Amino acid sequence: MPEPMGFFTDTTICIGCKACEVACKNWNQLPAENGGVTEMSGDSYDNTRRLDGTHWRHVKFIEQFKGPYDGRWLMMSDVCKHCVQAGCLEVCPTGAIIRTEFDTVVIQSDVCNGCRACIAACPFGVIDMNPVAGTAQKCTLCYDRMGVGLEPACAKACPTDSIQFGTVVELRGRAQKRVQQLKTQGVDAWLYGDDPNGPLGGLNSFYLLVDKPEVYGLPAHPQLPSRNLKRSGTFSTASAAVLGLLALVGLRKRRMDTIEGGSPPAAPGQN
Amino acid sequence: MSDTFFTAAPHWRWLIILYFFVGGLAGGAYFLGAVLEWFGRPDDRPVIRTAYRVGLWGAVVSGLLLTLDLGRPLRFWHMLFQSANLPHVMFKAWSPISFGAWALLLFGGCAILSARLLREGTALAKLVAAVGGLLGFFVAGYTGVLLSVTNRPIWADSPWLGALFLASGASTAAAWLGLLGPKRGAAESSLRWLSTFDARVLVVELLLLIVFVASLGTLARVWVSVWGALLLVGVVGFGIVWPLVRHARPATGSAGLNPAVAVLIGGFLLRVVMLLASEGIELRRGVAGLVR
Ligand code: SF4
Ligand code: SF4
Repeated sequence: MPEPMGFFTDTTICIGCKACEVACKNWNQLPAENGGVTEMSGDSYDNTRRLDGTHWRHVKFIEQFKGPYDGRWLMMSDVCKHCVQAGCLEVCPTGAIIRTEFDTVVIQSDVCNGCRACIAACPFGVIDMNPVAGTAQKCTLCYDRMGVGLEPACAKACPTDSIQFGTVVELRGRAQKRVQQLKTQGVDAWLYGDDPNGPLGGLNSFYLLVDKPEVYGLPAHPQLPSRNLKRSGTFSTASAAVLGLLALVGLRKRRMDTIEGGSPPAAPGQN
Repeated sequence: MSDTFFTAAPHWRWLIILYFFVGGLAGGAYFLGAVLEWFGRPDDRPVIRTAYRVGLWGAVVSGLLLTLDLGRPLRFWHMLFQSANLPHVMFKAWSPISFGAWALLLFGGCAILSARLLREGTALAKLVAAVGGLLGFFVAGYTGVLLSVTNRPIWADSPWLGALFLASGASTAAAWLGLLGPKRGAAESSLRWLSTFDARVLVVELLLLIVFVASLGTLARVWVSVWGALLLVGVVGFGIVWPLVRHARPATGSAGLNPAVAVLIGGFLLRVVMLLASEGIELRRGVAGLVR
């Protein structure tokens, strides 16, 4: 059995070149949208804007400027987190979403029927429909490349090694060293998703950040959708019991009224 | 900001809104039919028959709506059987969409039996009605649970949607049966029972709606929007309060809108508001990465 594999993304050395986005689209043959016409978003240098069924990598551009010469850029190449406890996998009703031998999370496009439950279940907004396939799609951590010993296309293309690929255990060690190095330089760096005892059992694709997660469009406390199942189910059952009781109370009242008022009326349509 | 704001919308729009409405109506109607089958009188039979038929046609329409909404409709059966491992069943008890698919199928089976195949009033008919009635209520309520078991804003921020949808399903079902009843030979006493039941359920629904909004905490500010206005005016005012007032003080003569129609419209609007209010938050996600 191979070891769990993943990505460590060091956002401090991302230069926003988008080579990862291009390499991913290229390798995975992801179609263009809008007939290949790019619409300018007006959001910094980011016209991709979000992860979806045809963009499995997305480089975020976050401008933090108080004045023209007073501020910084944050750049982050976002991707599926390959959660150890994955919300998408939990809800998928067709079994299309599986955990692979590399501990990554993959959607089998030939099984998916496009119900879209996984889209709403992912705490990170990673998945969306691929309009050409009619199925939900996302990063596979290049399952096909890993199978033959190659690293994922994005990590291969990244010119600064902001995206690093390897075994999760090794990547964690590397990431912790990098945090120490940055701290000695006075940078307030920290790791998001590296803790196996943290939210979702840890993220196999984790990040080095220098600001709050929300700044990067990441939830502070990602959770599984099933957290609501018990309470929601209990409240619904209780309300079902109340409604059933109301129906019965009404029937009882009718019977009492009939007893008081004489025999029941003849039945129309009765046979 | 709630963590649910960092997620993507599943594009569950009009077909799903319609399904949630029709499913609630069908499940609720069959349930009421089953209650009368067990505890009613002989003169309730026309309402029971109508309730089973509403359950049957509702289940058929629900299945069609759900299938049409899929990205790959011909693969609808992948929800029921393991496509790569036939004939193994596909079922996840912890995934509402998975057990909902099975519940709808079994509910449809009960509705066919009750509406078309079984002899009325037999022990078997009663047994099927009991199973189908429970499944009917399940179909009416699980859609709200399904929404809560996601990570989306509003839906996952409260555990009360299942209870709310169930109450709404029951009230719309009683209203629909009340509307159909007179043309199908329903007895006056059955219609009165339906109308009294509906009024009581509307009160429960109103209470659940208040609890639901309160349970959202600071997130309740999402209702300061067009959806909030529709919720207040369309769902609460027109679909709950007005029919309740008319129930307490019936209008003389037959002029004006039937309150049962208002209950149906209100029930539909409830689904519209709950689905689209959350779907709309997708539009703001583009800037979620730019929160400073
Ligand atoms: S990030 Fe989302 S899509 Fe990726 S494994 Fe986790 S839940 Fe699934
Ligand atoms: S859209 Fe496909 S992958 Fe997602 S939950 Fe539905 S069947 Fe599973």
